[in-house]
This record gives sequence, structure tokens and C-alpha cells, in this order.
Amino acid sequence: MMRILMILRVALKALNRNKMRTALTMLGMIIGVAAVIAMVALGKGAQSSIENQIKSAGTNIINVYAGNFMSGGVRQGSGAANTLTIEDANAIRTEVQGVQYLAIGVNTRTQVIAGNQNWSTRVNGSEVDWPAIRTWDVKYGSFFTQQDVNSSAKVVVLGSTVSTNLFGEDTDPTGQVIRIKNQPFKVIGVMASKGSSTGGDDQDDSVVIPYTTCQKKLMGIQHIQNITVSAAQAGEVSAVAERITALLRVRHKIVQGDTDDFMVRTLEEMAAMRTETTRTMTYLLAGIAGVSLLVGGIGIMNIMLVSVTERTREIGLRMAIGARSGDVLMQFLVEAIVLSIFGGSIGIALGFGISWGVTEFLTWPTTISSDAVLLAFGFSAMVGIFFGFYPATKAAKLDPIEALRFE
Amino acid sequence: MPVISVRDLKKTYVVGDIQVHALRGVDVDVEQGEFLSVTGPSGSGKSTFMHILGCLDRPTSGRYILDGQDVSTMSRDELAKVRNHRIGFVFQGFNLLSRTSAIENVELPLLYSRQQIKGSERHKRARAALEIVGLLERSHHHPNQLSGGQQQRVAIARALINNPSILLADEPTGNLDTRTSIEVMDVFQRLNIERNITILLITHEHDIAEYGTRTIAFRDGHIVSDQRNTVRRMARAELAALPPPEILNGSTVAVGAK
Repeated sequence: MMRILMILRVALKALNRNKMRTALTMLGMIIGVAAVIAMVALGKGAQSSIENQIKSAGTNIINVYAGNFMSGGVRQGSGAANTLTIEDANAIRTEVQGVQYLAIGVNTRTQVIAGNQNWSTRVNGSEVDWPAIRTWDVKYGSFFTQQDVNSSAKVVVLGSTVSTNLFGEDTDPTGQVIRIKNQPFKVIGVMASKGSSTGGDDQDDSVVIPYTTCQKKLMGIQHIQNITVSAAQAGEVSAVAERITALLRVRHKIVQGDTDDFMVRTLEEMAAMRTETTRTMTYLLAGIAGVSLLVGGIGIMNIMLVSVTERTREIGLRMAIGARSGDVLMQFLVEAIVLSIFGGSIGIALGFGISWGVTEFLTWPTTISSDAVLLAFGFSAMVGIFFGFYPATKAAKLDPIEALRFE
Repeated sequence: MPVISVRDLKKTYVVGDIQVHALRGVDVDVEQGEFLSVTGPSGSGKSTFMHILGCLDRPTSGRYILDGQDVSTMSRDELAKVRNHRIGFVFQGFNLLSRTSAIENVELPLLYSRQQIKGSERHKRARAALEIVGLLERSHHHPNQLSGGQQQRVAIARALINNPSILLADEPTGNLDTRTSIEVMDVFQRLNIERNITILLITHEHDIAEYGTRTIAFRDGHIVSDQRNTVRRMARAELAALPPPEILNGSTVAVGAK
């Protein structure tokens, strides 16, 4: 124990004798470790914010889109085909087990006008269970009723962003009239604020009207674009999704082997996909940062090799006055480890700082993971041992007579 | 019992296909308190002899008894221990650690001591060694703040710190001017006379060899002469005869006087 302390003291003194070089060598390590920690923190932050968004969106939602429609070999985007019908929706509603709520959906994008204000936004045509499916509350007024859907009533529920842009913040616009495609719609409610979706767009930047109204008055179509379903039990989502797929294949007379003319997506799937993407990104970023850590390690080896050559006479002297090969080996190894661990520690602190700065000033979410810190620290110690070993052996193998003669 | 007893010491190097016989059978005894000068031209084998006596190298054959212990067959690590405890080295190039104070340089061998020595004890012994060479007041100076003679005296203090059986000095005055050389020789003579320390001095200068009590001369791997010095030069007296040292920065260069 005393011996290790003594070797540590000798190593620290040697490093202290050349402060500038020590600092520059450490810099490689500092940057490498800080980069690994900051990059992993960024990646993890993105991952957990996506997970939170998906949680808030509700994981028991199943989306059915019309789509995969081939027109003379050209595949249209999803929702472009008119293969999905109201009858399909009703069949799902009555025949599929485990469906809790269902809402038919059509949407378009247009300008909405209130007085001298106007705003371009997404117009969602939906059904009465939509707030229940999305677990989205009404802030002012109320949502439209089945009566409104049946009668294609010109009523509208505003998203909070739209409400703010048309009527100003914290005002209740219920009872006001806005114009959508030059037709007057009565504002009957405003949704609570929900924030951005997993895709990153503002969910509050939209208005909701009965889908019948949207089909007839705004779009002039008969078909529907999507169906949103919520499963009664969260664990049953994929089972319900499979049942819907089976039912629609029968209804659309798709023979075995042909591709579906619709898509069924669950948020769980999307969540998994997005998480996978960000995880890949995290690994990529950590990999790049890892390379700089490696470069830092090579820097240490380089400096240690130079140092061994430069201090050949010193090594010869130390051997002459009684240092064993093992003592010399340990001294240089400990010097390399001290360099890498000190550098690593400062790097960890810097990594924390960068992560904090990114969150504070760029408002990107970051999550420092203890894994990354341990990994970076462990790796830097390993780098010290690995890259320090060769120069240290070189020093220990020196012949004291040759070393003392070295000019 | 002699401090050093060497019998039929041989050392052969193989350089490529050629065998180089650096030592071809050397016998010598050195008694406690002797001041032995080792001379000879380069290539005569005196350096090899010195390296073996200093336990930096091992003989090809023959026996080397240091302090009653056969060290000719010891392992590298055992030799390191012998160097640490029994031998003090003084080199031509001083070999002090740069950017390290004199006292820390002197303490250095204690760090490699096989017994643990506490920091306070190390300090005490280093101060004592620096006092012997007359440099106590400069214990916190770094080598680049000391003159050549002072640096060599720090190196001598470092060699003394473990109370070695022998002091091995390899061309200790090779880098010094005449006056400083005499000053350093004065330190060696005082250590030899006042403290009865056995000293082996390697030099190719005959006038430096004359400070010893006995001189052996090497040629082609043999000792060709071994005689007591009938006329011994005394450094103390020579220094007194020289004009006083130049005054630098208001302080005289200490002449080992106490």
C-alpha cells in the first residue's frame, strides 16, 4: 500500500515537472470523455422525450389508414386511396372484439378566418369519441355531439394554438363564428393544450369538426381517410390490430399473397420504431465520440513514448540508485493512468457541463446516464493501462548502463 | 575482511561474430577506508570493471564479494537492492532530476529503499547528507540554480544518503573546471579521511588519480599496475594556495569548509 502511494507520488511529481505537456495530453482525454458523455446524454434525452410523448398520446391507439393504392404502377401515399369506407368503420365497430372507441377521420389543410385574423391550419373531421380516444380534454365550451355528426352541422372545436392566433390568449371564443373555406362555422369549444406530437408538430395547431361536415362541405368526398381505434385493454393492442387487419382483408376481398390496400399502425409500433431510430443515433454519436477517446489514448501513448526516450538518463539513474524494473514499469504505467483518469474525470465534469448547457440554452432534452459515465471512466482507465503499458515496458527493459550513457 | 574482493573476474561481450574480452581475469582486494583510483585508457576495461563493481552488470565468470556477500550471481532485482543499500554512485554528468529541488534529489534513493521510510525521516537524513557536502542552505534550489560544482556535491549527498559501503565515482570531475574539480576532490577526501568511507574513483587523468591512496591501472582487460600513492595530493592545501573564489551574487561559492 505504502509502495503504491510512493509510486503515485513519484508519478505525480514527474507529471508536475512538465505541466504544459501534461495538460495538453490530458486535453485529448478530456475532449474524448466529455464528447462521449454529452453525446450519449443527448441521445438518451431524445429517446426519453419521445417515450414521454408517446405515453401522453396514449399507447392503446390503433390507426387504420387507406393506402398502398397502386395506380398504374405508381404507389400513392397513405390516405390517398379511397379504399376505406364508412361501412368498414362500422364493421370494425360491431365485429371486432376489444375495441373501446372508434372515430372515423378525414382531414384537410386550409385557411381559417375570424374577423380580421386568419390562420392556416389542419382541419380534422372526426367523431364524438375522438377526445376519449386521444385522452384530450375540452377547455372551453364542449365537443360536438352525435346530433352534429348526423346533421353535418357547421360547428368547430379549436385547438389552443388556433384559438390564440384568432382570438388572442386566454379568451373564450365560444359562440363566435369563424369562416372555413368561406363557410361560417360556429365555435362551440376549445381543446386543452397538448403540446407537440411524436413527429414534432404542434398538435394544438388544428381544429376539429364533424367528419360528415368535412366530407360534404369542405372536401366533397364520399370515402374516409382513416379510422382511429382505441383498444379496451392496453395489452391487447396488437391483437386488436391483427383482428382489424383480418376483417378488412376479407371486406376488401384481398386474396392471400396480395398486399393490403390499407395500413394498420399502432403507436406501440411507432414508439418502438422511433426509439430504435434514436437508439441507433445514440450509438452512432457515442461511436464517433469513442473514436476521439481512442485518439486521446494514442496521444497518451505518443507522449509517454517521447517521455521515456527523453528521460532515458533519468531512468538509468533511478535504476542505478536502486529502482527495480518493476518500479520503473509501475512509475510509467501510473503516470499514464493518472493522465487518463485525471483527464477522464475532468472530461466527465465537462460532459455534465455541456449537457446542462445544451438543455439550458438550446432547450434540447438531455439525460446523463450513469452507464455512460461509468463506461467513459472505465474506458479512460483502460486506455491509460493499454496505451501506457508499451512505453512503460520499454522503460523497464532499459539497461541501466546504456541508459546512463544516453545523450 | 576487505570491502571488495574480486577473484579472476572475466567479462566477455559478443558483438556480432566477434567476442570482445573486456576483462580477462582481474584480482583485487579493497580494504575499508581506502581511496582507490582506477585509471586506464578508453577500451582498457576500467568502465566494465566499474559497472560490475557497481552491480550494474554481472561478470561472465569469476567472483565478486561485496561486504562478505557474493553478488556475482544475483538476479536483476537483487542487484537493484544491493545498489540501493550498499553503493553510492557519482556520475560525470551529475544526473540530477531537473525541476526538482536539491533535497528531493538527495531523498530519491530512499524512495526505492526496501524498508519504508517516513517522509519526516527522509527529510532529516537528506538534510544531514546536504550538510556533509556543505549545501544545506541551498536545499530548495533546483539544479539549474546551482553551479556545476554544487550540482556534483548534491549528487555526492545523494550517494551518501543510504550510508553505502562504497562510493563509486565515475569521472566526477570530467565536466568541471580545475578549481571546481579540486573542490569536489576535497569533498571526497574529507569523506574518506573524516568518515572512513571507501571510495573508488574512475578517472583517465593522472593528476586526479593522485588524490587517492592507491592507484590501479588497466590495459587490455588486465590490471597492469597496482601501487600505493607515495605522494598524495591534498585538495584542502591546494585550495588554500589558490586565489580566493570569485564572488557571485554576494555569496561565496562554498568550499566545503565547515
